[in-house]
Amino acid sequence: MAINATCESTASPPVNGGASHSLTHGANGSLASALADTGVNELLGELDRDLIGLAPVKTRIREIAALLLVDRLRRERGFSAGGPSLHMCFTGNPGTGKTTVAMRMATILHRLGYIRKGHLVAVTRDDLVGQYIGHTAPKTKEVLKKAMGGVLFIDEAYYLYRPENERDYGQEAIEILLQVMENHRDDLVVILAGYKDRMARFFESNPGMSSRIAHHIDFPDYQADELALIAQRMLDAMHYRFDDEAKIVFDDYLTRRMAQPHFANARSVRNAIDRARLRHAYRLYSHPDAATSDESLTTIAAADLLASRVFADGDTR
Amino acid sequence: MRVTQGTFSFLPELTDEQIKRQIEYCLDKGWAVAIEYTDDPHPRNTFWEMYGAPMFDLRDAAGIIQELAACRKTFPQYYVRVTAFDSTHGVESITLAFIVNRPANEPGFRLVRQEEPGRTVRYTIESYAVAAKPEGARY
Repeated sequence: MAINATCESTASPPVNGGASHSLTHGANGSLASALADTGVNELLGELDRDLIGLAPVKTRIREIAALLLVDRLRRERGFSAGGPSLHMCFTGNPGTGKTTVAMRMATILHRLGYIRKGHLVAVTRDDLVGQYIGHTAPKTKEVLKKAMGGVLFIDEAYYLYRPENERDYGQEAIEILLQVMENHRDDLVVILAGYKDRMARFFESNPGMSSRIAHHIDFPDYQADELALIAQRMLDAMHYRFDDEAKIVFDDYLTRRMAQPHFANARSVRNAIDRARLRHAYRLYSHPDAATSDESLTTIAAADLLASRVFADGDTR
Repeated sequence: MRVTQGTFSFLPELTDEQIKRQIEYCLDKGWAVAIEYTDDPHPRNTFWEMYGAPMFDLRDAAGIIQELAACRKTFPQYYVRVTAFDSTHGVESITLAFIVNRPANEPGFRLVRQEEPGRTVRYTIESYAVAAKPEGARY
Protein backbone atom coordinates (compact mmCIF):
# COMPACT_ATOMS: atom_id res chain seq x y z
CA MET A 1 0.00 0.00 0.00
CA ALA A 2 2.42 2.54 1.21
CA ILE A 3 5.18 1.89 -1.26
CA ASN A 4 2.75 1.75 -4.10
CA ALA A 5 3.02 5.47 -4.44
CA THR A 6 6.74 5.24 -5.02
CA CYS A 7 6.54 3.06 -8.07
CA GLU A 8 4.04 3.85 -10.74
CA SER A 9 5.02 0.78 -12.69
CA THR A 10 3.62 -1.54 -10.02
CA ALA A 11 0.36 -2.21 -11.71
CA SER A 12 1.76 -2.71 -15.20
CA PRO A 13 0.45 -5.98 -16.60
CA PRO A 14 2.75 -8.61 -18.03
CA VAL A 15 3.94 -7.49 -21.42
CA ASN A 16 3.84 -10.90 -22.98
CA GLY A 17 1.11 -13.23 -21.74
CA GLY A 18 3.37 -15.37 -19.58
CA ALA A 19 1.14 -18.37 -19.02
CA SER A 20 0.58 -18.96 -22.70
CA HIS A 21 4.29 -18.97 -23.35
CA SER A 22 5.37 -22.28 -24.75
CA LEU A 23 8.95 -23.24 -24.17
CA THR A 24 10.11 -24.77 -27.39
CA HIS A 25 13.72 -25.48 -26.69
CA GLY A 26 14.52 -29.15 -26.39
CA ALA A 27 16.79 -31.17 -24.15
CA ASN A 28 19.58 -28.62 -24.46
CA GLY A 29 17.39 -25.74 -23.24
CA SER A 30 19.21 -23.91 -20.52
CA LEU A 31 17.91 -22.16 -17.48
CA ALA A 32 19.04 -18.90 -18.96
CA SER A 33 16.89 -19.26 -22.05
CA ALA A 34 13.95 -20.40 -19.97
CA LEU A 35 14.44 -17.36 -17.80
CA ALA A 36 14.54 -15.12 -20.82
CA ASP A 37 11.38 -16.74 -22.11
CA THR A 38 9.35 -15.97 -19.04
CA GLY A 39 10.74 -12.47 -18.63
CA VAL A 40 10.67 -13.09 -14.93
CA ASN A 41 14.16 -11.70 -14.51
CA GLU A 42 13.03 -8.21 -15.45
CA LEU A 43 10.16 -8.61 -13.04
CA LEU A 44 12.46 -9.58 -10.20
CA GLY A 45 14.82 -6.76 -11.12
CA GLU A 46 11.90 -4.36 -11.05
CA LEU A 47 10.97 -5.71 -7.64
CA ASP A 48 14.51 -5.06 -6.40
CA ARG A 49 14.48 -1.55 -7.78
CA ASP A 50 10.99 -0.50 -6.76
CA LEU A 51 10.82 -1.98 -3.32
CA ILE A 52 13.27 -0.67 -0.79
CA GLY A 53 14.67 -2.98 1.86
CA LEU A 54 12.62 -6.18 2.47
CA ALA A 55 15.65 -8.41 1.88
CA PRO A 56 14.17 -11.63 3.34
CA VAL A 57 11.02 -11.14 1.28
CA LYS A 58 12.94 -10.69 -1.93
CA THR A 59 15.06 -13.76 -1.23
CA ARG A 60 11.98 -15.88 -0.72
CA ILE A 61 10.36 -14.61 -3.90
CA ARG A 62 13.54 -15.44 -5.82
CA GLU A 63 13.53 -18.93 -4.34
CA ILE A 64 9.93 -19.46 -5.33
CA ALA A 65 10.62 -18.18 -8.83
CA ALA A 66 13.59 -20.52 -9.12
CA LEU A 67 11.57 -23.49 -7.97
CA LEU A 68 8.80 -22.84 -10.47
CA LEU A 69 11.26 -22.37 -13.28
CA VAL A 70 13.16 -25.55 -12.50
CA ASP A 71 9.88 -27.41 -12.17
CA ARG A 72 8.97 -26.19 -15.61
CA LEU A 73 12.21 -27.48 -17.10
CA ARG A 74 11.78 -30.78 -15.29
CA ARG A 75 8.30 -31.20 -16.66
CA GLU A 76 9.53 -30.57 -20.19
CA ARG A 77 12.05 -33.35 -19.83
CA GLY A 78 9.53 -35.73 -18.40
CA PHE A 79 10.54 -35.68 -14.76
CA SER A 80 7.74 -35.58 -12.29
CA ALA A 81 7.03 -32.09 -11.09
CA GLY A 82 4.30 -32.16 -8.51
CA GLY A 83 2.69 -28.75 -8.35
CA PRO A 84 4.14 -27.12 -5.26
CA SER A 85 1.82 -25.56 -2.75
CA LEU A 86 2.29 -21.84 -2.91
CA HIS A 87 -0.11 -20.58 -0.30
CA MET A 88 1.60 -17.88 1.68
CA CYS A 89 1.30 -15.93 4.84
CA PHE A 90 2.72 -12.42 5.03
CA THR A 91 3.27 -11.16 8.54
CA GLY A 92 4.65 -7.82 9.50
CA ASN A 93 3.89 -4.49 11.05
CA PRO A 94 1.61 -1.98 9.37
CA GLY A 95 3.02 -0.29 6.30
CA THR A 96 5.75 -2.82 5.56
CA GLY A 97 4.53 -3.50 2.03
CA LYS A 98 2.52 -6.69 2.38
CA THR A 99 -0.20 -5.73 -0.07
CA THR A 100 2.27 -4.30 -2.55
CA VAL A 101 4.27 -7.50 -2.56
CA ALA A 102 1.09 -9.59 -2.89
CA MET A 103 0.24 -7.70 -6.05
CA ARG A 104 3.70 -8.30 -7.43
CA MET A 105 3.39 -11.92 -6.47
CA ALA A 106 0.31 -12.35 -8.63
CA THR A 107 2.21 -11.01 -11.64
CA ILE A 108 5.28 -13.13 -10.95
CA LEU A 109 3.31 -16.34 -10.52
CA HIS A 110 1.42 -15.59 -13.70
CA ARG A 111 4.64 -15.03 -15.64
CA LEU A 112 5.96 -18.32 -14.40
CA GLY A 113 2.79 -20.02 -15.52
CA TYR A 114 1.74 -21.14 -12.06
CA ILE A 115 -1.56 -19.30 -12.12
CA ARG A 116 -3.58 -18.79 -15.25
CA LYS A 117 -4.82 -15.20 -15.04
CA GLY A 118 -2.62 -13.31 -12.61
CA HIS A 119 -5.27 -11.13 -11.02
CA LEU A 120 -5.41 -10.32 -7.34
CA VAL A 121 -8.64 -10.44 -5.37
CA ALA A 122 -8.13 -8.59 -2.10
CA VAL A 123 -10.70 -9.33 0.59
CA THR A 124 -11.16 -8.91 4.31
CA ARG A 125 -13.39 -10.65 6.82
CA ASP A 126 -16.48 -8.77 5.66
CA ASP A 127 -16.23 -10.26 2.18
CA LEU A 128 -16.03 -13.84 3.42
CA VAL A 129 -18.15 -14.06 6.53
CA GLY A 130 -21.91 -13.68 6.40
CA GLN A 131 -24.28 -12.17 8.89
CA TYR A 132 -26.67 -15.01 9.51
CA ILE A 133 -26.76 -18.79 9.34
CA GLY A 134 -26.28 -20.08 5.81
CA HIS A 135 -24.96 -16.79 4.52
CA THR A 136 -21.26 -17.49 4.94
CA ALA A 137 -20.77 -20.50 2.69
CA PRO A 138 -22.19 -18.94 -0.51
CA LYS A 139 -20.38 -15.70 0.21
CA THR A 140 -17.02 -17.39 0.70
CA LYS A 141 -17.53 -19.63 -2.30
CA GLU A 142 -18.38 -16.69 -4.50
CA VAL A 143 -15.19 -14.91 -3.51
CA LEU A 144 -13.19 -18.09 -4.10
CA LYS A 145 -14.71 -18.44 -7.57
CA LYS A 146 -13.71 -14.88 -8.38
CA ALA A 147 -10.17 -15.55 -7.25
CA MET A 148 -9.72 -18.73 -9.27
CA GLY A 149 -6.91 -18.46 -11.76
CA GLY A 150 -5.33 -15.77 -9.62
CA VAL A 151 -4.37 -14.83 -6.11
CA LEU A 152 -6.75 -14.46 -3.18
CA PHE A 153 -5.32 -11.94 -0.75
CA ILE A 154 -6.95 -12.01 2.68
CA ASP A 155 -5.92 -8.92 4.58
CA GLU A 156 -5.97 -9.05 8.37
CA ALA A 157 -6.82 -12.74 8.17
CA TYR A 158 -6.83 -13.18 11.95
CA TYR A 159 -10.19 -11.43 12.09
CA LEU A 160 -11.67 -14.54 10.47
CA TYR A 161 -11.44 -16.32 13.77
CA ARG A 162 -13.10 -14.74 16.77
CA PRO A 163 -12.50 -16.98 19.75
CA GLU A 164 -14.58 -14.80 22.07
CA ASN A 165 -17.76 -15.69 20.17
CA GLU A 166 -18.27 -19.41 19.74
CA ARG A 167 -21.18 -18.89 17.37
CA ASP A 168 -19.12 -16.73 15.07
CA TYR A 169 -19.43 -17.69 11.41
CA GLY A 170 -15.74 -17.08 10.74
CA GLN A 171 -14.93 -20.69 11.48
CA GLU A 172 -17.20 -21.78 8.63
CA ALA A 173 -15.33 -19.52 6.21
CA ILE A 174 -12.02 -20.93 7.43
CA GLU A 175 -13.19 -24.49 6.82
CA ILE A 176 -14.29 -23.74 3.26
CA LEU A 177 -11.04 -21.93 2.67
CA LEU A 178 -9.03 -24.89 3.92
CA GLN A 179 -10.91 -27.26 1.68
CA VAL A 180 -10.30 -25.13 -1.40
CA MET A 181 -6.65 -24.54 -0.51
CA GLU A 182 -6.21 -28.28 -0.46
CA ASN A 183 -8.35 -29.37 -3.41
CA HIS A 184 -7.89 -26.50 -5.83
CA ARG A 185 -4.20 -25.91 -5.44
CA ASP A 186 -3.85 -25.54 -9.20
CA ASP A 187 -6.61 -22.98 -9.42
CA LEU A 188 -5.67 -20.37 -6.90
CA VAL A 189 -3.03 -19.17 -4.49
CA VAL A 190 -4.15 -17.90 -1.11
CA ILE A 191 -2.11 -15.24 0.62
CA LEU A 192 -2.96 -14.35 4.20
CA ALA A 193 -1.65 -11.15 5.69
CA GLY A 194 -1.66 -9.64 9.12
CA TYR A 195 0.29 -8.44 12.08
CA LYS A 196 2.69 -10.98 13.40
CA ASP A 197 1.48 -11.59 16.94
CA ARG A 198 -2.16 -11.77 15.94
CA MET A 199 -1.41 -14.15 13.09
CA ALA A 200 0.52 -16.36 15.48
CA ARG A 201 -2.54 -16.54 17.72
CA PHE A 202 -4.73 -17.23 14.69
CA PHE A 203 -2.56 -20.15 13.63
CA GLU A 204 -2.47 -21.53 17.15
CA SER A 205 -6.21 -21.92 17.09
CA ASN A 206 -6.24 -23.14 13.46
CA PRO A 207 -3.31 -25.51 13.14
CA GLY A 208 -4.73 -26.92 9.90
CA MET A 209 -4.39 -23.51 8.31
CA SER A 210 -0.79 -23.11 9.39
CA SER A 211 0.28 -26.47 8.01
CA ARG A 212 -1.37 -25.85 4.66
CA ILE A 213 0.63 -22.70 4.13
CA ALA A 214 4.04 -23.47 2.74
CA HIS A 215 5.56 -20.04 2.96
CA HIS A 216 5.47 -17.94 6.07
CA ILE A 217 7.19 -14.71 5.15
CA ASP A 218 7.97 -12.09 7.72
CA PHE A 219 8.20 -8.48 6.62
CA PRO A 220 10.83 -6.61 8.63
CA ASP A 221 10.35 -3.03 9.77
CA TYR A 222 12.11 -0.39 7.72
CA GLN A 223 15.25 1.33 8.96
CA ALA A 224 15.36 5.10 9.11
CA ASP A 225 17.54 5.37 5.99
CA GLU A 226 15.19 3.10 4.07
CA LEU A 227 12.25 5.24 5.10
CA ALA A 228 14.10 8.33 3.93
CA LEU A 229 14.59 6.65 0.55
CA ILE A 230 10.92 5.73 0.42
CA ALA A 231 9.99 9.33 1.18
CA GLN A 232 12.28 10.43 -1.64
CA ARG A 233 10.49 8.10 -4.06
CA MET A 234 7.09 9.29 -2.95
CA LEU A 235 8.08 12.92 -3.39
CA ASP A 236 9.53 12.23 -6.84
CA ALA A 237 6.32 10.56 -7.90
CA MET A 238 4.31 13.56 -6.74
CA HIS A 239 6.74 16.12 -8.21
CA TYR A 240 7.78 17.56 -4.91
CA ARG A 241 11.17 17.86 -3.30
CA PHE A 242 12.67 18.70 0.09
CA ASP A 243 15.09 21.59 0.23
CA ASP A 244 18.43 20.90 1.90
CA GLU A 245 17.32 21.95 5.33
CA ALA A 246 14.06 20.00 5.04
CA LYS A 247 16.02 16.84 4.28
CA ILE A 248 17.86 17.07 7.57
CA VAL A 249 14.68 17.95 9.42
CA PHE A 250 12.89 15.00 7.87
CA ASP A 251 15.59 12.60 9.04
CA ASP A 252 15.13 14.01 12.51
CA TYR A 253 11.38 13.67 12.10
CA LEU A 254 11.73 10.00 11.21
CA THR A 255 13.84 9.22 14.25
CA ARG A 256 11.37 10.94 16.51
CA ARG A 257 8.34 9.43 14.84
CA MET A 258 9.77 5.90 14.93
CA ALA A 259 10.12 6.12 18.70
CA GLN A 260 6.48 7.06 19.07
CA PRO A 261 3.60 4.61 19.32
CA HIS A 262 1.46 3.71 16.30
CA PHE A 263 4.31 4.06 13.89
CA ALA A 264 3.23 2.47 10.60
CA ASN A 265 6.43 2.44 8.57
CA ALA A 266 5.94 3.56 4.97
CA ARG A 267 2.33 4.48 5.64
CA SER A 268 3.41 6.94 8.32
CA VAL A 269 5.91 8.39 5.89
CA ARG A 270 3.17 8.92 3.36
CA ASN A 271 0.95 10.55 5.95
CA ALA A 272 3.81 12.81 7.03
CA ILE A 273 4.36 13.88 3.45
CA ASP A 274 0.67 14.46 2.92
CA ARG A 275 0.54 16.70 5.97
CA ALA A 276 3.66 18.53 4.85
CA ARG A 277 1.95 19.16 1.53
CA LEU A 278 -1.00 20.64 3.37
CA ARG A 279 1.23 23.02 5.29
CA HIS A 280 3.21 23.83 2.17
CA ALA A 281 0.02 24.71 0.33
CA TYR A 282 -1.26 26.78 3.22
CA ARG A 283 2.05 28.63 3.47
CA LEU A 284 1.77 29.63 -0.19
CA TYR A 285 -1.87 30.52 0.26
CA SER A 286 -1.20 32.78 3.21
CA HIS A 287 1.27 34.85 1.19
CA PRO A 288 -0.65 35.44 -2.00
CA ASP A 289 1.52 38.42 -2.92
CA ALA A 290 4.73 36.45 -3.14
CA ALA A 291 5.59 35.28 -6.64
CA THR A 292 4.71 31.60 -7.18
CA SER A 293 7.57 30.14 -9.12
CA ASP A 294 7.85 26.46 -10.10
CA GLU A 295 10.48 26.33 -7.43
CA SER A 296 8.15 27.42 -4.64
CA LEU A 297 5.34 25.16 -5.88
CA THR A 298 7.48 22.04 -5.71
CA THR A 299 9.72 22.68 -2.73
CA ILE A 300 8.77 21.60 0.75
CA ALA A 301 10.70 23.69 3.25
CA ALA A 302 11.87 22.77 6.73
CA ALA A 303 9.14 24.92 8.26
CA ASP A 304 6.48 22.72 6.70
CA LEU A 305 7.89 19.74 8.55
CA LEU A 306 8.79 21.49 11.76
CA ALA A 307 5.16 22.44 12.35
CA SER A 308 4.43 18.76 12.94
CA ARG A 309 3.21 17.59 16.31
CA VAL A 310 6.13 15.20 16.39
CA PHE A 311 8.41 18.12 17.10
CA ALA A 312 6.21 19.46 19.87
CA ASP A 313 8.04 18.40 23.02
CA GLY A 314 6.03 16.73 25.70
CA ASP A 315 3.29 15.66 23.30
CA THR A 316 3.56 11.91 22.81
CA ARG A 317 1.38 11.68 19.75
CA MET B 1 -35.20 -37.14 -30.43
CA ARG B 2 -32.26 -34.97 -29.49
CA VAL B 3 -33.32 -31.52 -28.34
CA THR B 4 -31.51 -28.85 -30.33
CA GLN B 5 -31.55 -25.51 -28.58
CA GLY B 6 -28.99 -22.79 -28.33
CA THR B 7 -25.53 -22.57 -29.78
CA PHE B 8 -23.61 -25.70 -30.83
CA SER B 9 -26.73 -27.86 -30.56
CA PHE B 10 -26.18 -29.52 -33.94
CA LEU B 11 -22.64 -30.49 -32.99
CA PRO B 12 -21.70 -33.57 -31.01
CA GLU B 13 -21.80 -33.05 -27.24
CA LEU B 14 -19.06 -30.69 -26.11
CA THR B 15 -16.38 -32.23 -23.94
CA ASP B 16 -15.57 -30.60 -20.61
CA GLU B 17 -12.43 -29.16 -22.13
CA GLN B 18 -14.42 -27.61 -24.96
CA ILE B 19 -16.98 -26.23 -22.52
CA LYS B 20 -14.15 -24.70 -20.55
CA ARG B 21 -12.72 -23.05 -23.65
CA GLN B 22 -16.13 -21.62 -24.54
CA ILE B 23 -16.52 -20.24 -21.02
CA GLU B 24 -13.03 -18.73 -21.23
CA TYR B 25 -14.14 -17.00 -24.41
CA CYS B 26 -17.20 -15.57 -22.65
CA LEU B 27 -15.13 -14.35 -19.71
CA ASP B 28 -12.60 -12.73 -22.01
CA LYS B 29 -15.47 -10.83 -23.60
CA GLY B 30 -16.57 -9.66 -20.16
CA TRP B 31 -19.86 -11.55 -20.15
CA ALA B 32 -21.39 -12.86 -16.94
CA VAL B 33 -21.82 -16.61 -17.11
CA ALA B 34 -24.72 -18.39 -15.41
CA ILE B 35 -25.93 -21.97 -15.18
CA GLU B 36 -29.58 -22.89 -15.71
CA TYR B 37 -31.48 -26.15 -15.60
CA THR B 38 -34.94 -27.43 -16.47
CA ASP B 39 -36.86 -30.62 -17.12
CA ASP B 40 -39.28 -28.83 -19.41
CA PRO B 41 -37.29 -28.20 -22.58
CA HIS B 42 -40.25 -26.94 -24.63
CA PRO B 43 -38.90 -24.42 -27.14
CA ARG B 44 -41.28 -21.78 -25.80
CA ASN B 45 -40.07 -22.31 -22.24
CA THR B 46 -37.42 -19.62 -22.06
CA PHE B 47 -37.45 -19.46 -18.28
CA TRP B 48 -35.18 -22.17 -16.96
CA GLU B 49 -34.36 -22.39 -13.28
CA MET B 50 -31.13 -20.67 -12.28
CA TYR B 51 -28.51 -22.73 -10.55
CA GLY B 52 -27.18 -20.07 -8.20
CA ALA B 53 -26.75 -16.46 -9.14
CA PRO B 54 -25.02 -15.40 -12.36
CA MET B 55 -21.30 -15.37 -11.75
CA PHE B 56 -20.16 -11.79 -12.19
CA ASP B 57 -16.54 -10.64 -12.03
CA LEU B 58 -14.99 -14.05 -12.63
CA ARG B 59 -11.67 -14.14 -14.42
CA ASP B 60 -11.16 -17.86 -14.81
CA ALA B 61 -13.42 -20.70 -15.91
CA ALA B 62 -12.44 -23.01 -13.04
CA GLY B 63 -15.10 -21.60 -10.73
CA ILE B 64 -17.85 -22.07 -13.31
CA ILE B 65 -16.71 -25.59 -14.18
CA GLN B 66 -16.92 -26.36 -10.47
CA GLU B 67 -20.50 -25.05 -10.29
CA LEU B 68 -21.37 -26.95 -13.43
CA ALA B 69 -20.09 -30.20 -11.94
CA ALA B 70 -22.20 -29.55 -8.85
CA CYS B 71 -25.27 -28.83 -10.97
CA ARG B 72 -24.82 -32.01 -13.03
CA LYS B 73 -24.49 -33.98 -9.84
CA THR B 74 -27.68 -32.52 -8.41
CA PHE B 75 -29.68 -32.78 -11.67
CA PRO B 76 -28.18 -35.60 -13.72
CA GLN B 77 -31.41 -36.16 -15.68
CA TYR B 78 -32.16 -32.50 -16.38
CA TYR B 79 -31.25 -30.22 -19.22
CA VAL B 80 -28.48 -27.89 -18.09
CA ARG B 81 -27.28 -24.92 -20.08
CA VAL B 82 -24.58 -22.34 -19.74
CA THR B 83 -25.64 -18.79 -20.55
CA ALA B 84 -23.51 -15.71 -21.06
CA PHE B 85 -24.98 -12.30 -20.36
CA ASP B 86 -23.58 -9.25 -22.09
CA SER B 87 -24.20 -6.15 -20.00
CA THR B 88 -23.03 -3.69 -22.67
CA HIS B 89 -25.42 -0.76 -22.92
CA GLY B 90 -27.85 -1.46 -25.71
CA VAL B 91 -27.25 -5.21 -25.66
CA GLU B 92 -28.11 -6.18 -22.10
CA SER B 93 -29.19 -9.68 -22.90
CA ILE B 94 -28.02 -13.26 -23.20
CA THR B 95 -25.58 -13.46 -26.07
CA LEU B 96 -24.64 -17.12 -25.90
CA ALA B 97 -26.35 -20.18 -24.46
CA PHE B 98 -25.54 -23.81 -24.97
CA ILE B 99 -26.71 -27.09 -23.51
CA VAL B 100 -24.13 -28.93 -21.45
CA ASN B 101 -26.20 -31.72 -19.93
CA ARG B 102 -29.25 -33.65 -21.10
CA PRO B 103 -31.21 -36.66 -19.87
CA ALA B 104 -30.16 -40.08 -21.07
CA ASN B 105 -33.48 -40.69 -22.77
CA GLU B 106 -35.12 -37.93 -24.77
CA PRO B 107 -38.46 -39.11 -26.12
CA GLY B 108 -39.05 -35.90 -28.04
CA PHE B 109 -42.22 -33.97 -28.86
CA ARG B 110 -45.66 -34.87 -30.12
CA LEU B 111 -47.49 -32.70 -32.63
CA VAL B 112 -51.06 -32.08 -31.48
CA ARG B 113 -53.55 -31.03 -34.17
CA GLN B 114 -56.66 -29.24 -33.08
CA GLU B 115 -59.53 -29.01 -35.55
CA GLU B 116 -61.09 -25.57 -35.81
CA PRO B 117 -64.17 -24.50 -37.73
CA GLY B 118 -63.63 -24.15 -41.46
CA ARG B 119 -61.04 -26.93 -41.75
CA THR B 120 -58.49 -24.75 -39.86
CA VAL B 121 -55.93 -26.77 -37.93
CA ARG B 122 -54.12 -25.40 -34.88
CA TYR B 123 -50.83 -27.07 -34.04
CA THR B 124 -49.27 -27.54 -30.61
CA ILE B 125 -46.14 -29.38 -29.68
CA GLU B 126 -46.13 -31.30 -26.49
CA SER B 127 -43.25 -33.12 -24.85
CA TYR B 128 -43.74 -36.86 -24.39
CA ALA B 129 -41.56 -36.73 -21.33
CA VAL B 130 -43.47 -33.90 -19.71
CA ALA B 131 -46.95 -35.25 -20.56
CA ALA B 132 -48.65 -33.43 -17.67
CA LYS B 133 -46.26 -34.96 -15.16
CA PRO B 134 -45.08 -32.68 -12.35
CA GLU B 135 -41.65 -31.16 -12.21
CA GLY B 136 -39.01 -33.63 -11.11
CA ALA B 137 -40.93 -36.69 -12.40
CA ARG B 138 -40.46 -36.08 -16.11
CA TYR B 139 -37.16 -37.59 -17.22
